[in-house]
Amino acid sequence: MSYLYAAYIITWVIHIGYIGTLVRRYKRLRQEMEDLKRRN
Amino acid sequence: MKRAFPILAVLTVALLCYGLYQALWVAPTEKTMGDVQRIFYYHVPSAWTAGVLFFVNFLASIAYLVWRNTKADALAVAAAEVGVVFCTIVLVTGPIWARPVWGIWWTWDLRLTLTLVLWLIYVSYLLLRRFSTSGQTPVIAAVLAIFGTLDIPLVYFSIWFFRTQHPQPVIGGGGSIDPRMLHAFFVNLIAFTCFGALICWARYRLEVLRREVEETQALESLLEPRSAR
Repeated sequence: MSYLYAAYIITWVIHIGYIGTLVRRYKRLRQEMEDLKRRN
Repeated sequence: MKRAFPILAVLTVALLCYGLYQALWVAPTEKTMGDVQRIFYYHVPSAWTAGVLFFVNFLASIAYLVWRNTKADALAVAAAEVGVVFCTIVLVTGPIWARPVWGIWWTWDLRLTLTLVLWLIYVSYLLLRRFSTSGQTPVIAAVLAIFGTLDIPLVYFSIWFFRTQHPQPVIGGGGSIDPRMLHAFFVNLIAFTCFGALICWARYRLEVLRREVEETQALESLLEPRSAR
């Protein structure tokens, strides 16, 4: 059972970790875009 | 389209939860392997989704080469990156399944090796996109993607044409399967496909935004010296 749980947990750790990086990158880009708009 | 995203996200999460319930509690335990066989419900749908995303990357790359459409190029990047995530899951869950069943984590079997090669091709593609500063990068990447796609049928058919450690497919390979197992499998297959499409969509929007920021920055840097004069 430990192999099964390990496989399922690792799958979701990878997916959630990747979604986390997408959210971080999106927030950073939105901030950059707003800064650029404010400057112009 | 933006309004549909949260609705589709909720539906996909519900489908994934249902798939998890089916895989862990409803599908019967396989007689030979026991509970570890349930890795199948994540391993195969992940491989399928990775294949679909790499195929989207292939189509988008062709579209870019033919029409020089920047949106197609952005879609190619998004599909490749999300495809690599799903392919990573295949390469991680496979050895976790192999260890208790085969007694080894990894073997240089044709199916496994070709899957690793596929992963390396698309990681190379992403590294090329990330670090190359040449204006020709999208064209070179599109050509690499087209050649990379040739590995997908090789991965799939490797177990049909060669003797490998990897088992023959149960579904579509002439084997029999319990209907509850089949149901759990198809629920997860649909759930993972929807999940992959949704993340790819989010990554595509991110790529479009990144390009907008870069273009605005480039425009600003062109205008700055003039305003300083």
